[in-house]
Amino acid sequence: MSPSGIKTEKLAGWNRPPVIESDGEGELLEVAMGPHHPSTHGVFRMDVVLDGERVIKLKPVFGYLHRNHEQLGERQSYLASMPYTDRLDYFCSLTNNWAYALAVEKLVGQEVPERAEYLRVILAELTRIQNHASTIGFLLQEMGASGTPLMYAFREREKILDLFESLTGSRMMCNYMRFGGCRVDASPAWLEATRKVVAGLPAFVDEFERFLMTNEILMARCQGIGVLKPDLAVNAGISGPMLRATGVNYDIRKVDHYGIYDRFKFRVPLGDHGDIYDRYMVRMLEMRESILILNQALKDLPAGPVMDPKAKIRNFRPKAGESYGRIEAPKGELGFYLISDGGPNPYRYRVRPPSFINLTVLEDMCLGSNVADVVLIFGSVDIVLGEVDR
Amino acid sequence: MAVDEKLKIELGKQGVMVTTIQELYNWGRRSSIWPMQFGLACCAIEMIATTMARYDLARFGSEVFRPSPRQADLMIISGTVTKKMAPQVVRLYNQMAEPRYVIAMGACAISGGPFKQGYNVLKGIDRYIPVDVHIPGCPPRPEALIQAFMTLQKKIDEQHLTGEDRPRHLDEQAPGEFNVPEFGEHDLEPPSNPGTWTVPKIIQ
Repeated sequence: MSPSGIKTEKLAGWNRPPVIESDGEGELLEVAMGPHHPSTHGVFRMDVVLDGERVIKLKPVFGYLHRNHEQLGERQSYLASMPYTDRLDYFCSLTNNWAYALAVEKLVGQEVPERAEYLRVILAELTRIQNHASTIGFLLQEMGASGTPLMYAFREREKILDLFESLTGSRMMCNYMRFGGCRVDASPAWLEATRKVVAGLPAFVDEFERFLMTNEILMARCQGIGVLKPDLAVNAGISGPMLRATGVNYDIRKVDHYGIYDRFKFRVPLGDHGDIYDRYMVRMLEMRESILILNQALKDLPAGPVMDPKAKIRNFRPKAGESYGRIEAPKGELGFYLISDGGPNPYRYRVRPPSFINLTVLEDMCLGSNVADVVLIFGSVDIVLGEVDR
Repeated sequence: MAVDEKLKIELGKQGVMVTTIQELYNWGRRSSIWPMQFGLACCAIEMIATTMARYDLARFGSEVFRPSPRQADLMIISGTVTKKMAPQVVRLYNQMAEPRYVIAMGACAISGGPFKQGYNVLKGIDRYIPVDVHIPGCPPRPEALIQAFMTLQKKIDEQHLTGEDRPRHLDEQAPGEFNVPEFGEHDLEPPSNPGTWTVPKIIQ
Protein backbone atom coordinates (compact mmCIF):
# COMPACT_ATOMS: atom_id res chain seq x y z
CA MET A 1 0.00 0.00 0.00
CA SER A 2 1.32 3.40 -0.92
CA PRO A 3 1.33 6.34 1.52
CA SER A 4 -1.73 7.86 -0.11
CA GLY A 5 -3.77 4.81 0.78
CA ILE A 6 -4.10 3.49 -2.73
CA LYS A 7 -3.54 -0.21 -3.02
CA THR A 8 -1.05 -0.24 -5.85
CA GLU A 9 -1.66 -3.82 -6.88
CA LYS A 10 -5.26 -2.92 -7.59
CA LEU A 11 -4.15 -0.43 -10.21
CA ALA A 12 -1.86 -2.85 -12.00
CA GLY A 13 -2.55 -2.70 -15.69
CA TRP A 14 -3.43 0.98 -15.73
CA ASN A 15 -1.08 2.80 -18.00
CA ARG A 16 -0.78 5.98 -15.93
CA PRO A 17 -0.60 6.50 -12.20
CA PRO A 18 -3.72 8.17 -10.81
CA VAL A 19 -3.71 11.91 -11.34
CA ILE A 20 -5.97 12.64 -8.42
CA GLU A 21 -4.93 11.33 -5.05
CA SER A 22 -7.35 9.40 -2.94
CA ASP A 23 -8.11 10.85 0.51
CA GLY A 24 -6.80 7.65 2.05
CA GLU A 25 -10.04 6.70 3.77
CA GLY A 26 -11.71 3.47 2.85
CA GLU A 27 -11.04 1.37 -0.18
CA LEU A 28 -11.02 2.15 -3.83
CA LEU A 29 -13.68 0.63 -6.01
CA GLU A 30 -13.19 -0.39 -9.60
CA VAL A 31 -16.37 -0.24 -11.62
CA ALA A 32 -16.74 -1.35 -15.22
CA MET A 33 -19.40 0.86 -16.79
CA GLY A 34 -20.46 -0.94 -19.91
CA PRO A 35 -20.34 -2.47 -22.46
CA HIS A 36 -24.01 -2.95 -21.72
CA HIS A 37 -24.86 0.21 -19.86
CA PRO A 38 -28.08 2.07 -20.55
CA SER A 39 -26.30 5.38 -20.96
CA THR A 40 -23.35 4.47 -23.12
CA HIS A 41 -24.55 5.09 -26.63
CA GLY A 42 -23.88 1.62 -27.89
CA VAL A 43 -21.20 -0.71 -26.70
CA PHE A 44 -18.45 1.13 -24.89
CA ARG A 45 -16.78 0.41 -21.61
CA MET A 46 -15.35 2.80 -19.07
CA ASP A 47 -13.29 1.24 -16.31
CA VAL A 48 -13.64 3.73 -13.48
CA VAL A 49 -11.75 3.78 -10.20
CA LEU A 50 -13.89 5.40 -7.54
CA ASP A 51 -12.99 6.85 -4.19
CA GLY A 52 -16.43 7.07 -2.67
CA GLU A 53 -18.39 8.96 -5.33
CA ARG A 54 -15.34 10.65 -6.79
CA VAL A 55 -13.71 9.44 -9.99
CA ILE A 56 -9.96 9.23 -9.58
CA LYS A 57 -9.17 7.20 -12.69
CA LEU A 58 -10.99 6.41 -15.88
CA LYS A 59 -9.91 4.10 -18.64
CA PRO A 60 -11.95 3.87 -21.82
CA VAL A 61 -12.07 0.43 -23.42
CA PHE A 62 -12.82 0.44 -27.12
CA GLY A 63 -13.33 -2.20 -29.74
CA TYR A 64 -16.70 -3.72 -28.96
CA LEU A 65 -17.98 -2.60 -32.35
CA HIS A 66 -14.81 -2.95 -34.38
CA ARG A 67 -16.17 -3.91 -37.80
CA ASN A 68 -12.99 -3.76 -39.89
CA HIS A 69 -14.05 -0.71 -41.93
CA GLU A 70 -10.53 0.20 -42.97
CA GLN A 71 -9.54 -3.30 -43.95
CA LEU A 72 -12.71 -3.72 -45.99
CA GLY A 73 -12.05 -0.37 -47.65
CA GLU A 74 -8.63 -1.51 -48.81
CA ARG A 75 -9.97 -4.71 -50.32
CA GLN A 76 -12.75 -3.32 -52.46
CA SER A 77 -13.10 -0.72 -55.19
CA TYR A 78 -13.52 2.96 -54.45
CA LEU A 79 -17.25 2.94 -55.13
CA ALA A 80 -17.90 -0.15 -53.02
CA SER A 81 -16.71 1.70 -49.91
CA MET A 82 -19.42 4.34 -50.26
CA PRO A 83 -22.21 2.31 -48.59
CA TYR A 84 -19.80 1.38 -45.81
CA THR A 85 -19.25 5.03 -44.98
CA ASP A 86 -22.98 5.27 -44.17
CA ARG A 87 -22.43 2.83 -41.36
CA LEU A 88 -19.57 4.72 -39.74
CA ASP A 89 -21.58 7.41 -38.05
CA TYR A 90 -25.03 6.05 -38.55
CA PHE A 91 -26.74 9.25 -37.47
CA CYS A 92 -25.14 11.30 -40.24
CA SER A 93 -24.69 9.07 -43.25
CA LEU A 94 -24.86 11.95 -45.73
CA THR A 95 -21.96 13.90 -44.27
CA ASN A 96 -19.91 10.69 -44.25
CA ASN A 97 -20.72 10.22 -47.93
CA TRP A 98 -19.62 13.75 -48.62
CA ALA A 99 -16.29 13.43 -46.85
CA TYR A 100 -15.45 10.24 -48.70
CA ALA A 101 -16.59 11.62 -52.06
CA LEU A 102 -14.46 14.70 -51.41
CA ALA A 103 -11.37 12.59 -50.73
CA VAL A 104 -11.81 10.58 -53.92
CA GLU A 105 -12.59 13.70 -55.96
CA LYS A 106 -9.35 15.23 -54.73
CA LEU A 107 -7.49 12.05 -55.63
CA VAL A 108 -8.74 11.91 -59.21
CA GLY A 109 -9.15 15.67 -59.73
CA GLN A 110 -12.89 15.58 -60.29
CA GLU A 111 -15.08 18.69 -60.40
CA VAL A 112 -18.61 18.73 -59.02
CA PRO A 113 -21.52 20.49 -60.80
CA GLU A 114 -23.10 23.50 -59.18
CA ARG A 115 -26.47 21.96 -58.44
CA ALA A 116 -24.87 18.93 -56.80
CA GLU A 117 -22.86 21.22 -54.50
CA TYR A 118 -26.03 22.93 -53.39
CA LEU A 119 -27.81 19.63 -52.81
CA ARG A 120 -24.84 18.44 -50.75
CA VAL A 121 -25.01 21.53 -48.57
CA ILE A 122 -28.77 21.18 -48.09
CA LEU A 123 -28.48 17.53 -47.09
CA ALA A 124 -25.48 18.08 -44.83
CA GLU A 125 -27.20 20.87 -42.94
CA LEU A 126 -30.38 18.82 -42.55
CA THR A 127 -28.18 16.04 -41.18
CA ARG A 128 -26.55 18.46 -38.76
CA ILE A 129 -29.91 19.59 -37.42
CA GLN A 130 -31.22 16.10 -36.83
CA ASN A 131 -27.94 15.01 -35.25
CA HIS A 132 -27.78 17.93 -32.84
CA ALA A 133 -31.45 17.58 -31.90
CA SER A 134 -31.02 13.88 -31.16
CA THR A 135 -27.82 14.48 -29.21
CA ILE A 136 -29.52 17.00 -26.97
CA GLY A 137 -32.40 14.59 -26.54
CA PHE A 138 -30.04 11.81 -25.48
CA LEU A 139 -28.18 14.14 -23.13
CA LEU A 140 -31.43 15.06 -21.42
CA GLN A 141 -32.37 11.41 -21.22
CA GLU A 142 -29.15 10.70 -19.39
CA MET A 143 -30.01 13.52 -17.04
CA GLY A 144 -33.17 11.68 -16.09
CA ALA A 145 -35.78 13.26 -18.35
CA SER A 146 -36.46 9.84 -19.78
CA GLY A 147 -38.04 10.03 -23.15
CA THR A 148 -39.76 13.39 -23.38
CA PRO A 149 -37.06 15.65 -24.88
CA LEU A 150 -35.97 12.75 -27.05
CA MET A 151 -39.52 12.43 -28.36
CA TYR A 152 -39.52 16.08 -29.44
CA ALA A 153 -36.16 15.56 -31.13
CA PHE A 154 -37.22 12.41 -32.88
CA ARG A 155 -40.48 13.99 -34.04
CA GLU A 156 -38.37 16.47 -36.00
CA ARG A 157 -35.88 13.83 -37.00
CA GLU A 158 -38.62 11.73 -38.58
CA LYS A 159 -39.64 14.67 -40.75
CA ILE A 160 -36.08 15.07 -41.98
CA LEU A 161 -35.69 11.33 -42.47
CA ASP A 162 -38.80 11.37 -44.64
CA LEU A 163 -37.04 13.86 -46.90
CA PHE A 164 -33.95 11.64 -47.02
CA GLU A 165 -36.05 8.64 -47.82
CA SER A 166 -37.95 10.23 -50.66
CA LEU A 167 -34.74 11.53 -52.21
CA THR A 168 -32.30 8.70 -51.63
CA GLY A 169 -34.51 5.69 -50.99
CA SER A 170 -33.38 5.01 -47.45
CA ARG A 171 -34.07 6.51 -44.07
CA MET A 172 -30.68 6.12 -42.50
CA MET A 173 -28.21 4.55 -44.91
CA CYS A 174 -28.55 7.02 -47.74
CA ASN A 175 -25.57 6.11 -49.98
CA TYR A 176 -26.38 9.19 -52.03
CA MET A 177 -23.21 10.99 -53.10
CA ARG A 178 -20.99 9.88 -55.92
CA PHE A 179 -17.57 10.98 -57.16
CA GLY A 180 -18.47 13.99 -59.26
CA GLY A 181 -21.97 14.73 -58.02
CA CYS A 182 -24.99 13.09 -56.53
CA ARG A 183 -26.82 9.93 -57.50
CA VAL A 184 -30.28 11.31 -58.35
CA ASP A 185 -31.72 14.76 -58.85
CA ALA A 186 -34.13 16.39 -56.44
CA SER A 187 -37.61 16.84 -57.88
CA PRO A 188 -39.51 20.12 -57.51
CA ALA A 189 -41.93 18.32 -55.21
CA TRP A 190 -39.05 17.27 -52.97
CA LEU A 191 -37.73 20.82 -52.84
CA GLU A 192 -41.20 22.05 -51.95
CA ALA A 193 -41.44 19.51 -49.14
CA THR A 194 -37.98 20.51 -47.92
CA ARG A 195 -38.92 24.18 -47.86
CA LYS A 196 -41.94 23.28 -45.78
CA VAL A 197 -39.90 21.29 -43.27
CA VAL A 198 -37.22 24.00 -43.06
CA ALA A 199 -39.91 26.63 -42.49
CA GLY A 200 -41.11 24.64 -39.50
CA LEU A 201 -37.66 24.16 -37.97
CA PRO A 202 -37.24 27.55 -36.23
CA ALA A 203 -40.44 26.93 -34.29
CA PHE A 204 -39.06 23.58 -33.17
CA VAL A 205 -35.76 25.08 -32.03
CA ASP A 206 -37.62 27.84 -30.18
CA GLU A 207 -39.82 25.30 -28.46
CA PHE A 208 -36.88 23.08 -27.56
CA GLU A 209 -34.98 26.04 -26.20
CA ARG A 210 -37.92 27.36 -24.21
CA PHE A 211 -38.33 24.00 -22.48
CA LEU A 212 -34.70 23.37 -21.79
CA MET A 213 -32.52 26.43 -21.63
CA THR A 214 -33.55 27.88 -18.29
CA ASN A 215 -34.43 24.53 -16.77
CA GLU A 216 -33.08 24.48 -13.25
CA ILE A 217 -32.02 20.84 -13.24
CA LEU A 218 -30.27 21.19 -16.57
CA MET A 219 -28.33 24.20 -15.34
CA ALA A 220 -27.41 22.62 -12.02
CA ARG A 221 -26.17 19.43 -13.61
CA CYS A 222 -24.40 20.98 -16.60
CA GLN A 223 -22.83 24.27 -15.61
CA GLY A 224 -19.25 23.98 -14.47
CA ILE A 225 -19.21 20.20 -14.94
CA GLY A 226 -16.83 18.44 -17.29
CA VAL A 227 -14.78 21.52 -18.08
CA LEU A 228 -12.36 21.22 -20.97
CA LYS A 229 -9.59 23.81 -21.27
CA PRO A 230 -8.99 25.31 -24.74
CA ASP A 231 -5.26 24.53 -24.80
CA LEU A 232 -5.85 20.90 -23.94
CA ALA A 233 -8.61 20.72 -26.55
CA VAL A 234 -6.31 22.07 -29.25
CA ASN A 235 -3.43 19.82 -28.23
CA ALA A 236 -5.63 16.75 -28.18
CA GLY A 237 -6.99 17.45 -31.64
CA ILE A 238 -10.56 17.96 -30.51
CA SER A 239 -12.87 19.34 -33.18
CA GLY A 240 -16.47 20.19 -33.78
CA PRO A 241 -18.93 21.63 -31.25
CA MET A 242 -16.78 20.32 -28.42
CA LEU A 243 -13.83 22.47 -29.50
CA ARG A 244 -15.99 25.52 -30.20
CA ALA A 245 -17.58 25.20 -26.75
CA THR A 246 -14.16 25.91 -25.27
CA GLY A 247 -14.00 29.18 -27.22
CA VAL A 248 -11.66 28.21 -30.05
CA ASN A 249 -12.92 29.60 -33.33
CA TYR A 250 -12.35 26.69 -35.68
CA ASP A 251 -14.99 25.57 -38.12
CA ILE A 252 -13.80 23.69 -41.20
CA ARG A 253 -16.65 25.19 -43.21
CA LYS A 254 -14.97 28.57 -42.66
CA VAL A 255 -11.34 27.44 -42.53
CA ASP A 256 -11.09 24.95 -45.36
CA HIS A 257 -13.61 26.50 -47.79
CA TYR A 258 -14.69 23.13 -49.04
CA GLY A 259 -17.79 22.84 -51.21
CA ILE A 260 -19.53 26.17 -51.62
CA TYR A 261 -19.72 27.29 -48.00
CA ASP A 262 -18.03 30.57 -48.93
CA ARG A 263 -21.24 31.74 -50.55
CA PHE A 264 -23.39 31.50 -47.45
CA LYS A 265 -23.65 33.91 -44.62
CA PHE A 266 -23.52 32.22 -41.26
CA ARG A 267 -21.85 32.67 -37.93
CA VAL A 268 -19.87 30.20 -35.85
CA PRO A 269 -21.25 29.93 -32.30
CA LEU A 270 -18.55 29.81 -29.63
CA GLY A 271 -18.71 28.80 -26.01
CA ASP A 272 -16.94 30.41 -23.10
CA HIS A 273 -16.43 27.87 -20.33
CA GLY A 274 -16.06 24.55 -22.12
CA ASP A 275 -18.48 22.80 -19.79
CA ILE A 276 -21.44 20.56 -20.67
CA TYR A 277 -23.83 23.50 -20.81
CA ASP A 278 -21.68 25.30 -23.37
CA ARG A 279 -21.54 22.20 -25.52
CA TYR A 280 -25.30 21.94 -25.34
CA MET A 281 -25.69 25.64 -26.10
CA VAL A 282 -23.28 25.56 -29.07
CA ARG A 283 -25.30 22.75 -30.61
CA MET A 284 -28.52 24.68 -30.06
CA LEU A 285 -27.09 27.75 -31.80
CA GLU A 286 -25.58 25.71 -34.60
CA MET A 287 -29.03 24.40 -35.43
CA ARG A 288 -30.17 27.99 -35.94
CA GLU A 289 -27.18 28.74 -38.19
CA SER A 290 -27.90 25.60 -40.17
CA ILE A 291 -31.44 26.81 -40.77
CA LEU A 292 -30.01 30.08 -42.12
CA ILE A 293 -27.73 28.17 -44.51
CA LEU A 294 -30.63 25.98 -45.60
CA ASN A 295 -32.79 28.99 -46.41
CA GLN A 296 -30.03 30.56 -48.53
CA ALA A 297 -29.21 27.30 -50.31
CA LEU A 298 -32.83 26.54 -51.10
CA LYS A 299 -33.29 30.04 -52.50
CA ASP A 300 -30.21 30.01 -54.75
CA LEU A 301 -30.39 26.39 -55.94
CA PRO A 302 -29.49 26.53 -59.65
CA ALA A 303 -30.77 24.28 -62.40
CA GLY A 304 -28.44 21.89 -64.18
CA PRO A 305 -27.05 18.40 -63.96
CA VAL A 306 -26.30 16.79 -60.59
CA MET A 307 -23.61 14.57 -62.00
CA ASP A 308 -20.61 15.44 -64.13
CA PRO A 309 -21.32 13.41 -67.32
CA LYS A 310 -17.61 12.69 -67.80
CA ALA A 311 -17.10 11.52 -64.23
CA LYS A 312 -15.93 7.96 -63.77
CA ILE A 313 -17.73 6.21 -60.98
CA ARG A 314 -16.86 2.58 -61.53
CA ASN A 315 -13.71 0.75 -62.61
CA PHE A 316 -11.32 3.66 -62.47
CA ARG A 317 -7.71 3.54 -61.44
CA PRO A 318 -6.47 6.80 -59.94
CA LYS A 319 -2.82 7.71 -60.44
CA ALA A 320 -0.52 6.84 -57.60
CA GLY A 321 -0.79 9.51 -54.95
CA GLU A 322 -2.59 10.47 -51.79
CA SER A 323 -5.41 12.74 -50.74
CA TYR A 324 -7.14 13.87 -47.60
CA GLY A 325 -10.73 15.05 -47.78
CA ARG A 326 -12.20 16.60 -44.68
CA ILE A 327 -15.47 18.26 -43.81
CA GLU A 328 -17.14 19.69 -40.77
CA ALA A 329 -19.35 16.75 -39.82
CA PRO A 330 -21.89 17.37 -37.03
CA LYS A 331 -19.51 15.74 -34.56
CA GLY A 332 -16.31 17.39 -35.71
CA GLU A 333 -13.66 17.04 -38.35
CA LEU A 334 -14.38 13.96 -40.40
CA GLY A 335 -11.58 13.08 -42.77
CA PHE A 336 -10.78 10.30 -45.19
CA TYR A 337 -7.15 9.72 -46.06
CA LEU A 338 -6.57 7.68 -49.19
CA ILE A 339 -3.36 6.43 -50.75
CA SER A 340 -3.57 5.07 -54.26
CA ASP A 341 -0.93 2.84 -55.82
CA GLY A 342 -2.61 2.99 -59.21
CA GLY A 343 -4.81 -0.02 -58.58
CA PRO A 344 -8.59 -0.32 -58.63
CA ASN A 345 -8.81 -0.16 -54.85
CA PRO A 346 -7.06 2.13 -52.38
CA TYR A 347 -3.74 1.04 -50.94
CA ARG A 348 -4.61 2.73 -47.67
CA TYR A 349 -8.04 3.81 -46.55
CA ARG A 350 -7.96 5.66 -43.29
CA VAL A 351 -10.85 7.34 -41.49
CA ARG A 352 -10.20 10.25 -39.17
CA PRO A 353 -13.23 9.90 -36.92
CA PRO A 354 -14.24 12.93 -34.85
CA SER A 355 -15.97 10.88 -32.14
CA PHE A 356 -12.94 8.74 -31.42
CA ILE A 357 -10.54 11.65 -31.13
CA ASN A 358 -13.01 13.68 -29.07
CA LEU A 359 -13.22 10.76 -26.65
CA THR A 360 -9.52 10.84 -25.84
CA VAL A 361 -9.98 13.68 -23.36
CA LEU A 362 -12.78 11.89 -21.52
CA GLU A 363 -10.56 11.07 -18.56
CA ASP A 364 -9.32 14.64 -18.22
CA MET A 365 -12.88 15.93 -18.10
CA CYS A 366 -14.15 13.30 -15.69
CA LEU A 367 -11.44 13.25 -13.02
CA GLY A 368 -12.63 14.54 -9.70
CA SER A 369 -16.29 14.63 -10.65
CA ASN A 370 -19.01 12.39 -9.29
CA VAL A 371 -19.80 9.12 -10.96
CA ALA A 372 -23.26 10.38 -11.95
CA ASP A 373 -21.64 13.22 -13.89
CA VAL A 374 -19.47 10.83 -15.89
CA VAL A 375 -22.56 9.71 -17.75
CA LEU A 376 -23.45 13.30 -18.60
CA ILE A 377 -19.92 14.23 -19.66
CA PHE A 378 -19.81 11.17 -21.84
CA GLY A 379 -23.16 12.08 -23.37
CA SER A 380 -22.08 15.65 -24.09
CA VAL A 381 -19.12 14.46 -26.19
CA ASP A 382 -21.64 13.18 -28.75
CA ILE A 383 -20.16 9.95 -30.00
CA VAL A 384 -21.37 7.16 -32.18
CA LEU A 385 -19.67 3.85 -31.58
CA GLY A 386 -19.71 2.81 -35.20
CA GLU A 387 -17.30 5.63 -35.85
CA VAL A 388 -15.23 5.23 -32.69
CA ASP A 389 -14.40 1.57 -33.21
CA ARG A 390 -14.82 1.53 -36.99
CA MET B 1 -58.91 -28.15 -25.04
CA ALA B 2 -60.27 -25.16 -26.80
CA VAL B 3 -63.72 -23.71 -26.23
CA ASP B 4 -66.16 -24.00 -29.13
CA GLU B 5 -65.82 -20.73 -31.05
CA LYS B 6 -69.55 -20.34 -31.78
CA LEU B 7 -70.49 -21.00 -28.18
CA LYS B 8 -67.87 -18.52 -27.05
CA ILE B 9 -69.31 -15.76 -29.26
CA GLU B 10 -72.85 -16.60 -28.17
CA LEU B 11 -71.89 -16.45 -24.50
CA GLY B 12 -69.97 -13.25 -25.14
CA LYS B 13 -73.21 -11.63 -26.34
CA GLN B 14 -74.77 -12.58 -23.02
CA GLY B 15 -71.93 -10.94 -21.15
CA VAL B 16 -70.12 -14.12 -20.20
CA MET B 17 -66.47 -14.53 -21.05
CA VAL B 18 -65.21 -18.05 -21.47
CA THR B 19 -61.54 -18.80 -21.85
CA THR B 20 -58.94 -21.38 -21.03
CA ILE B 21 -56.01 -21.06 -18.69
CA GLN B 22 -53.69 -21.46 -21.64
CA GLU B 23 -55.28 -18.61 -23.60
CA LEU B 24 -55.30 -16.35 -20.57
CA TYR B 25 -51.70 -17.19 -19.77
CA ASN B 26 -50.52 -16.58 -23.32
CA TRP B 27 -52.58 -13.40 -23.62
CA GLY B 28 -50.96 -12.01 -20.51
CA ARG B 29 -47.48 -12.87 -21.65
CA ARG B 30 -47.79 -11.64 -25.20
CA SER B 31 -49.35 -8.32 -24.26
CA SER B 32 -46.50 -7.11 -22.11
CA ILE B 33 -43.22 -8.13 -23.66
CA TRP B 34 -40.63 -5.91 -22.04
CA PRO B 35 -37.52 -5.60 -24.15
CA MET B 36 -34.05 -5.04 -22.79
CA GLN B 37 -32.57 -1.59 -23.32
CA PHE B 38 -29.59 -2.80 -25.20
CA GLY B 39 -28.30 -1.35 -28.44
CA LEU B 40 -25.39 -2.68 -30.40
CA ALA B 41 -25.04 -0.67 -33.59
CA CYS B 42 -26.97 1.14 -36.32
CA CYS B 43 -30.15 -0.88 -35.84
CA ALA B 44 -30.39 0.40 -32.27
CA ILE B 45 -31.27 3.84 -33.64
CA GLU B 46 -34.16 2.37 -35.58
CA MET B 47 -35.16 0.52 -32.42
CA ILE B 48 -35.25 3.84 -30.56
CA ALA B 49 -37.18 5.41 -33.43
CA THR B 50 -39.73 2.59 -33.09
CA THR B 51 -40.37 3.48 -29.48
CA MET B 52 -40.78 7.18 -30.27
CA ALA B 53 -43.98 9.02 -31.03
CA ARG B 54 -44.48 8.19 -34.69
CA TYR B 55 -44.24 4.40 -34.52
CA ASP B 56 -45.13 4.11 -30.84
CA LEU B 57 -44.28 0.62 -29.72
CA ALA B 58 -46.47 1.21 -26.66
CA ARG B 59 -49.43 0.13 -28.78
CA PHE B 60 -48.04 -3.40 -28.53
CA GLY B 61 -47.38 -3.30 -24.81
CA SER B 62 -43.63 -3.18 -25.27
CA GLU B 63 -42.62 0.38 -24.53
CA VAL B 64 -41.02 -0.43 -21.18
CA PHE B 65 -37.36 -0.84 -21.99
CA ARG B 66 -35.54 -2.33 -19.03
CA PRO B 67 -31.85 -1.73 -18.52
CA SER B 68 -31.50 -4.84 -16.37
CA PRO B 69 -31.68 -8.27 -17.99
CA ARG B 70 -33.39 -9.59 -14.86
CA GLN B 71 -36.52 -7.59 -15.65
CA ALA B 72 -36.62 -8.12 -19.39
CA ASP B 73 -38.48 -10.71 -21.44
CA LEU B 74 -37.05 -9.94 -24.83
CA MET B 75 -33.61 -9.25 -26.15
CA ILE B 76 -33.42 -7.34 -29.40
CA ILE B 77 -30.01 -8.01 -30.94
CA SER B 78 -29.92 -4.67 -32.72
CA GLY B 79 -26.77 -4.63 -34.77
CA THR B 80 -23.43 -6.18 -35.42
CA VAL B 81 -22.19 -8.63 -32.80
CA THR B 82 -18.43 -8.58 -32.82
CA LYS B 83 -16.30 -11.34 -31.41
CA LYS B 84 -15.36 -9.08 -28.53
CA MET B 85 -19.01 -8.46 -27.71
CA ALA B 86 -20.42 -11.96 -28.25
CA PRO B 87 -19.51 -13.36 -24.78
CA GLN B 88 -21.22 -10.40 -23.16
CA VAL B 89 -24.36 -10.89 -25.26
CA VAL B 90 -24.57 -14.55 -24.29
CA ARG B 91 -23.95 -13.70 -20.65
CA LEU B 92 -26.75 -11.12 -20.72
CA TYR B 93 -29.04 -13.70 -22.28
CA ASN B 94 -28.16 -16.16 -19.53
CA GLN B 95 -29.05 -13.56 -16.92
CA MET B 96 -32.55 -13.06 -18.29
CA ALA B 97 -35.36 -14.93 -16.57
CA GLU B 98 -37.54 -17.40 -18.44
CA PRO B 99 -39.70 -17.06 -20.47
CA ARG B 100 -37.35 -15.12 -22.69
CA TYR B 101 -37.26 -14.41 -26.38
CA VAL B 102 -34.76 -13.07 -28.88
CA ILE B 103 -35.29 -10.96 -31.99
CA ALA B 104 -32.29 -10.79 -34.32
CA MET B 105 -32.67 -7.38 -35.91
CA GLY B 106 -30.86 -6.62 -39.13
CA ALA B 107 -28.52 -8.35 -41.49
CA CYS B 108 -25.54 -8.20 -39.13
CA ALA B 109 -27.28 -9.96 -36.26
CA ILE B 110 -28.58 -12.63 -38.62
CA SER B 111 -25.44 -13.41 -40.56
CA GLY B 112 -22.78 -10.73 -40.22
CA GLY B 113 -24.38 -8.75 -43.01
CA PRO B 114 -22.17 -6.37 -44.97
CA PHE B 115 -19.35 -6.93 -42.48
CA LYS B 116 -19.32 -10.69 -42.85
CA GLN B 117 -15.85 -10.70 -44.39
CA GLY B 118 -14.43 -8.96 -41.35
CA TYR B 119 -12.20 -10.92 -39.01
CA ASN B 120 -13.90 -9.54 -35.94
CA VAL B 121 -17.55 -10.00 -36.82
CA LEU B 122 -19.68 -12.89 -35.62
CA LYS B 123 -21.52 -14.56 -38.48
CA GLY B 124 -24.90 -14.59 -36.82
CA ILE B 125 -25.87 -14.56 -33.15
CA ASP B 126 -27.90 -17.76 -33.61
CA ARG B 127 -24.62 -19.65 -33.32
CA TYR B 128 -24.76 -19.10 -29.58
CA ILE B 129 -28.32 -18.41 -28.48
CA PRO B 130 -31.69 -19.49 -29.89
CA VAL B 131 -33.36 -16.77 -31.95
CA ASP B 132 -37.15 -16.56 -32.24
CA VAL B 133 -37.63 -13.97 -34.99
CA HIS B 134 -35.19 -12.78 -37.64
CA ILE B 135 -35.79 -9.44 -39.39
CA PRO B 136 -33.73 -8.76 -42.49
CA GLY B 137 -32.76 -5.26 -43.55
CA CYS B 138 -29.85 -2.91 -43.13
CA PRO B 139 -31.25 -1.44 -40.97
CA PRO B 140 -34.81 -2.78 -40.89
CA ARG B 141 -37.45 -0.08 -40.90
CA PRO B 142 -39.42 0.50 -37.69
CA GLU B 143 -42.40 -1.16 -39.39
CA ALA B 144 -40.29 -4.28 -39.77
CA LEU B 145 -39.51 -4.30 -36.06
CA ILE B 146 -43.20 -3.90 -35.27
CA GLN B 147 -43.91 -6.81 -37.60
CA ALA B 148 -41.34 -8.84 -35.69
CA PHE B 149 -43.18 -8.03 -32.46
CA MET B 150 -46.45 -9.16 -34.00
CA THR B 151 -44.83 -12.37 -35.21
CA LEU B 152 -43.47 -12.99 -31.73
CA GLN B 153 -46.90 -12.35 -30.21
CA LYS B 154 -48.40 -14.84 -32.62
CA LYS B 155 -45.75 -17.34 -31.66
CA ILE B 156 -46.50 -16.91 -27.96
CA ASP B 157 -50.23 -17.22 -28.62
CA GLU B 158 -49.75 -20.59 -30.22
CA GLN B 159 -47.71 -22.11 -27.43
CA HIS B 160 -49.20 -25.04 -25.49
CA LEU B 161 -48.67 -25.35 -21.79
CA THR B 162 -48.27 -29.10 -21.86
CA GLY B 163 -47.28 -31.75 -24.34
CA GLU B 164 -44.39 -32.24 -26.67
CA ASP B 165 -44.40 -28.74 -28.16
CA ARG B 166 -44.47 -26.84 -24.89
CA PRO B 167 -42.15 -23.82 -24.69
CA ARG B 168 -38.68 -24.13 -23.26
CA HIS B 169 -39.44 -22.54 -19.93
CA LEU B 170 -42.03 -25.23 -19.16
CA ASP B 171 -39.70 -28.05 -20.14
CA GLU B 172 -37.61 -29.20 -17.23
CA GLN B 173 -35.10 -30.89 -19.49
CA ALA B 174 -34.48 -27.81 -21.66
CA PRO B 175 -31.19 -25.98 -21.15
CA GLY B 176 -31.39 -22.85 -19.03
CA GLU B 177 -27.84 -21.64 -19.50
CA PHE B 178 -25.96 -21.36 -22.73
CA ASN B 179 -22.22 -21.71 -23.14
CA VAL B 180 -20.44 -18.38 -22.88
CA PRO B 181 -17.70 -18.45 -25.54
CA GLU B 182 -14.16 -17.54 -24.59
CA PHE B 183 -11.46 -15.77 -26.52
CA GLY B 184 -9.33 -18.45 -28.13
CA GLU B 185 -6.12 -18.08 -30.02
CA HIS B 186 -7.73 -17.25 -33.37
CA ASP B 187 -11.47 -17.31 -32.83
CA LEU B 188 -14.06 -17.66 -30.14
CA GLU B 189 -13.97 -21.01 -28.38
CA PRO B 190 -16.19 -22.85 -29.14
CA PRO B 191 -17.05 -21.29 -32.53
CA SER B 192 -20.70 -22.20 -31.99
CA ASN B 193 -22.88 -23.94 -29.43
CA PRO B 194 -23.50 -27.46 -30.73
CA GLY B 195 -26.95 -27.76 -29.18
CA THR B 196 -28.10 -24.44 -30.61
CA TRP B 197 -26.63 -24.35 -34.06
CA THR B 198 -25.31 -26.96 -36.42
CA VAL B 199 -23.22 -26.31 -39.49
CA PRO B 200 -25.59 -26.24 -42.47
CA LYS B 201 -25.18 -29.20 -44.79
CA ILE B 202 -24.41 -28.42 -48.40
CA ILE B 203 -26.37 -30.70 -50.70
CA GLN B 204 -24.40 -31.44 -53.83
